[in-house]
Amino acid sequence: MGFLDIDNVTKSYGAVEVLHRVDIDVQEGEFLVLVGPSGCGKSTLLNMIAGLEGITSGEIRIKDRVMNGVHPSKRNIAMVFQSYALYPNMTVGKNITFGLEMHGTPAPEREKAMKEVAQLLQIEHLLDRKPGQLSGGQRQRVAMGRALVRNPDVFLFDEPLSNLDAKLRVDMRTEIKKLHQRLGTTIVYVTHDQIEAMTLSTRIAVMYDGYVQQLGTPKEIYDSPANLFVATFMGSPAMNVLPAKLAERNGALHAVLTGADGQERALRIENAPAAYAAYKDAPVMLGIRPEAITDPEGADRNARNIQMLTNRVTVTEPAGADTFVTMTLSGKDCIARMRADADVHPGHDFEFAINMDKAVLFDPKTEDRIA
Amino acid sequence: MAVASPETAIRTSRITRAFIYLFLLLFALFYLLPFGIMLINSVKPLSEITGGNMIALPRDWTIQPWLSAWSTAQIGVEPTGLRPYFINSLMMAIPAVILSTVVGALNGYVLTKWRFRGDTIIFGLLLFSCFIPFQIVLIPMARILGILQIAGTTPGLILVHFVYGIGFTTLYFRNYYAAFPTELVRAAQIDGAGFFQIFWRIMLPSSGPIIAVSFIWQFTNIWNDFLFGASFASGDAAPMTVALNNLVNSSTGVREYNVHFAGAIMAAAPTLLVYIVAGRYFVRGLMAGSVKG
Amino acid sequence: MAATTDTGADFRTRLQTWLPKLVLSPSLAIMLVFVYGFIAFTIYLSFTDSRMLPSFGWVGWENYDRLFRIREWNVALTNLAIFASLYIVISTAIGLSLAIFLDQKIRGEGVLRPIFLYPMALSFIVTGTAWKWFLDPAIGLENTMHLWGWESFTFGWIKDREMAIYTVVIAAVWQSSGFVMAMFLAGLRGIDNEILKAAQIDGASNWNLYRRIILPQLRPAFLSAFVILSHLAIKSYDLVIALTGGGPGNATALPATFMYSYTFTRNQMGIGASSAVIMLMTIAAIMVPYLYAELKEKK
Repeated sequence: MGFLDIDNVTKSYGAVEVLHRVDIDVQEGEFLVLVGPSGCGKSTLLNMIAGLEGITSGEIRIKDRVMNGVHPSKRNIAMVFQSYALYPNMTVGKNITFGLEMHGTPAPEREKAMKEVAQLLQIEHLLDRKPGQLSGGQRQRVAMGRALVRNPDVFLFDEPLSNLDAKLRVDMRTEIKKLHQRLGTTIVYVTHDQIEAMTLSTRIAVMYDGYVQQLGTPKEIYDSPANLFVATFMGSPAMNVLPAKLAERNGALHAVLTGADGQERALRIENAPAAYAAYKDAPVMLGIRPEAITDPEGADRNARNIQMLTNRVTVTEPAGADTFVTMTLSGKDCIARMRADADVHPGHDFEFAINMDKAVLFDPKTEDRIA
Repeated sequence: MAVASPETAIRTSRITRAFIYLFLLLFALFYLLPFGIMLINSVKPLSEITGGNMIALPRDWTIQPWLSAWSTAQIGVEPTGLRPYFINSLMMAIPAVILSTVVGALNGYVLTKWRFRGDTIIFGLLLFSCFIPFQIVLIPMARILGILQIAGTTPGLILVHFVYGIGFTTLYFRNYYAAFPTELVRAAQIDGAGFFQIFWRIMLPSSGPIIAVSFIWQFTNIWNDFLFGASFASGDAAPMTVALNNLVNSSTGVREYNVHFAGAIMAAAPTLLVYIVAGRYFVRGLMAGSVKG
Repeated sequence: MAATTDTGADFRTRLQTWLPKLVLSPSLAIMLVFVYGFIAFTIYLSFTDSRMLPSFGWVGWENYDRLFRIREWNVALTNLAIFASLYIVISTAIGLSLAIFLDQKIRGEGVLRPIFLYPMALSFIVTGTAWKWFLDPAIGLENTMHLWGWESFTFGWIKDREMAIYTVVIAAVWQSSGFVMAMFLAGLRGIDNEILKAAQIDGASNWNLYRRIILPQLRPAFLSAFVILSHLAIKSYDLVIALTGGGPGNATALPATFMYSYTFTRNQMGIGASSAVIMLMTIAAIMVPYLYAELKEKK
């Protein structure tokens, strides 16, 4: 039993089911991020938790209380919206206390709660202004203040940072994380930005097409993606996914790829899971993150199985801290992430060091990870 | 009205521009002339009108025609002037405008923020009512007003204008509220505000412009109406337009053109005033009524 | 916004689900009675032998049959055809020209625009009164020209059975063309300036710019102008009453004046009702497809 239980919940509009049997238990103090491309159902799920949309089947419980059919204001939740949804005709102070007023909290208490929250978020000097006079970052803080003042069981965030410019977004991200660590509140947070998901969450639910594709800690999601969708959606640049063949050579399994020159390249696999055996001599998809492909000097010293692969470099993109190097493997672009001072030149052959500890294999038909 | 574009990409020659200014000025004259001449002639003695040039300024300025039109001119059988009818029109227009605006605002709020299955059909039904020729409802309306015993009275006209104004006001508020962020309504719901609290505390304080549009459009339409006034409120309860028409077309005695003009300007004054004071909203009303956003 | 509709919802939530419908229902009821009920009633009357008062003797299509054999009705229809087509075409032409010219960074636009538009704020009765007199040969324009020494000038259309309908067109255009101007001007101001710059870099002349780039983008404004003007034309009643009273004789009768006089002064309610039904059908033929398309687009 979790703090917030999403128990086999589905959502249909007429005959169309848009959310299929979602089952998530959120523990108290957890920071759950729902991430996925637009239209994946993440916002619908959040709205159902908030009570803004009905539940077609299944149950949502908060602190073991069934929430189906309970009015949003009776769920003891608070929500921060993408547009902030600050009431344009009210001052910041009024915006923050409106919910308390609606719940019948006496004025002196409202005042006190407002002061506390304003101090916490450092917006005391803004209390008498109207939302129209605030900057994007200030509005964001006010919206959070409005949520905090209610002291809710669960905070819901609906893409709260997507209207901010890049720098501010990073700052606010840190603020939210600090706030969570300090207050230890339970948060459900919707975003389409996988970096936000990775940095903020204690657990991530990756959603696509109305299904939860994978639910796990950021590390699980990143290192052991359940399927090709999760593998390519999480991480930037995306994980390289290369058609390959599993073959046994010298008594060890190898992933066999085709180089830019049309010749085969074989990468040895160590400690192969038992499931790999079934794919011997069969096509698979080899998934490997860009940072697992480096120049030999930059390779991870703790890695147990580094495989060398020489191939023609197509493009190099220096990006300050890193240099991204593109080559062609099995007919696909394959990106490597190297130190800025790696000695790589387009049009020349280069010896890449591949950390096969980090490689994963997918079934080309089901697209699920082989494990 | 749209703001002037900062820079139009089109360039025109001097001769073309001269032609454009000439064209625009001629049309300005065309629009100003009939009303302007009416104004000039409303302060002339009758003899100067029948015997003289209509464009000439008066030689003897007089406000007698205005006084006569207001309080002594023969309307129908009584020499009451237009004053009682002017008051009739106010008594009719103000309640009808307020009622239809309030109902339209609530309808627009429901149709955009509390959508339910079939709401588009209901809106379609409401919208079509803006465009029916009112001849199609004259006969049954006369019967109903008779049954309700408000035929030929100002309350009867208020009812009629209220009923046939709902479509327009709903259209205005629906289009306006459609652009109003729904997230605000959701936030207010989570904050615990109910249906009417959201309307009163969140929607209405931001509705100033569209309330102005609705008021102005409804007032102009109701004040200027002739068909309903002529059909359902002859005699003492007649509105200004009907009284003016009676004044102008009364066949007894000499035609006092100057009095007619003064009366016509009186009938036009309230809507013209609204247009001058709040022309921006007037134009928006026209647009909203034409381009169904 | 979807109302929560789970079973077992608490009282407040259920109330909040019903309130919106409750608030909307009086309007719906009023519409169903006062618009659609009344329409049905009038349609029913048009198949009865109603005279001074509604009566319920069924006569089938007889009223329609008689209606189209009444000379005045046919005059009214012909007049409507002449009036509507000229009114729409001329108002659109003037409105479009004024809008295009006003859009050339004109000095004094702020003064000209309200002058073009103010007639729309007037009652048709006021417009009719003004023009009736302005066009009266004895004291109006013709008389003024004579006083200025142009003795041969004649302009007696308003007294002429053949030409009187055109005076209605003049007055109606005077009233509405500024409004059409405003619609087109809004359309012109909505066109992306970068498109115009691109077209000029492509070497388009002003003429081609308007013909090939700008006018096609004003399509919605053309459509709206057509729908609004045709709707106004079919409903026209006040203006004719104030300007010509339907005369000379019944030379300027329109369906709206015909309906009124047959129903309320000639006590031929059945005929009056059938003429109202024809008017409704004509407007519906224009409005229904337009509204349908507009509402569908929104979805």
